[in-house]
Amino acid sequence: MANDPIHQFQIQKIFPIEVGGMDLSFTNSSLFMVATVAAASAFLILTTSGRGLVPTRLQSVSEMAYEFVAGMLRDAAGSEGMRFFPMVFSLFMFVLVANLFGMFPYFFTVTSHIIVTFALAMLVILTVVFYGFMRNGMGFLKLFVPDGVPAALIPLVTMIEIISFLSRPISLSVRLFANMLAGHITLKVFSGFVVSLSTLGAVGIFGAVLPLGMTVALTALEFLVAFLQAYVFTVLTCMYLNDAIHPSH
Amino acid sequence: MNSSSQDHENEKSGSESPQAGLSGRRDQLNRTLNERKQEEASASRRSKGSATGYAQAVKMSSEFIAGIIVGAGIGWLLDEWLGTSPFGLIVFLLLGFVAGVLNVLRAAGQIAEPGATPPKQDDGKD
Repeated sequence: MANDPIHQFQIQKIFPIEVGGMDLSFTNSSLFMVATVAAASAFLILTTSGRGLVPTRLQSVSEMAYEFVAGMLRDAAGSEGMRFFPMVFSLFMFVLVANLFGMFPYFFTVTSHIIVTFALAMLVILTVVFYGFMRNGMGFLKLFVPDGVPAALIPLVTMIEIISFLSRPISLSVRLFANMLAGHITLKVFSGFVVSLSTLGAVGIFGAVLPLGMTVALTALEFLVAFLQAYVFTVLTCMYLNDAIHPSH
Repeated sequence: MNSSSQDHENEKSGSESPQAGLSGRRDQLNRTLNERKQEEASASRRSKGSATGYAQAVKMSSEFIAGIIVGAGIGWLLDEWLGTSPFGLIVFLLLGFVAGVLNVLRAAGQIAEPGATPPKQDDGKD
């Protein structure tokens, strides 16, 4: 049980709630989502409440996060994309804080469940589709018809482009989920080796140094991945939003 | 770099008229600054490529798999609705493979994004 690497991803009900036959229980996943939102909001609000012209250390962390996401969005989608800044920044902070929360021992990693990451990806893609049609009307469909394609090939190419577009939310969500899931399982497996080797007596304790070193290295890697995946998710969000604003330059 | 000899020349000309010396030195500084900027840019690009190899691998495979899943999903749904089993699945699974390859090439920057401006290099044309 202690060595089961999958056990950490189990959903447990904290307050069972049932509405009209639907299970709407408040689970450990919900708890950590609430904690993520609360921690991110509290951090940003508390650190920027001073509004110092010369920022304190923590205020400059908040400002760096703001500048980072704003720069990313402006680079990818132009200044017109800045109207999506609240959404993109919230997504970035949610994914980043959820990933980093997962690094605490005994904490639940919200983003290691594909339904959570898929919901986030669908939010992005539906925004792209709705805003794309709202702003460009039918011109948004030009996204699926590349320029300079022979007329005979247009049906085939359009079909492929549509499948490629529909695969975006899947690849977006699978990437985040797979990274977090695989990372946490690897971490758990290697630390499990430490425990099971050290029960084998003196030789085992010497042998356990190797997986222990590996666990330390993997923990560092996981922190990198936690940040990197939040970054990748946000960058792709910006690129997709750019498609909605400028379907064909 | 032979900047020391050039500095020497600048100093010599600077002794003749201060204006020319200052502008000469500024040109010189601009040139070295540009060189250094280019070096730093290429270095950062290189390190970005190698440090995130793992992320790159996950990115590529998820792009490819997503294309196949969506293709197969559309084919299966069409079969369910139109009763054309198994042809919808066959055709759309193949199209899904193609879309997956397209996704991977796009993710690798080999093919331009659908709405993008013309690629910077000639080999990026599709």
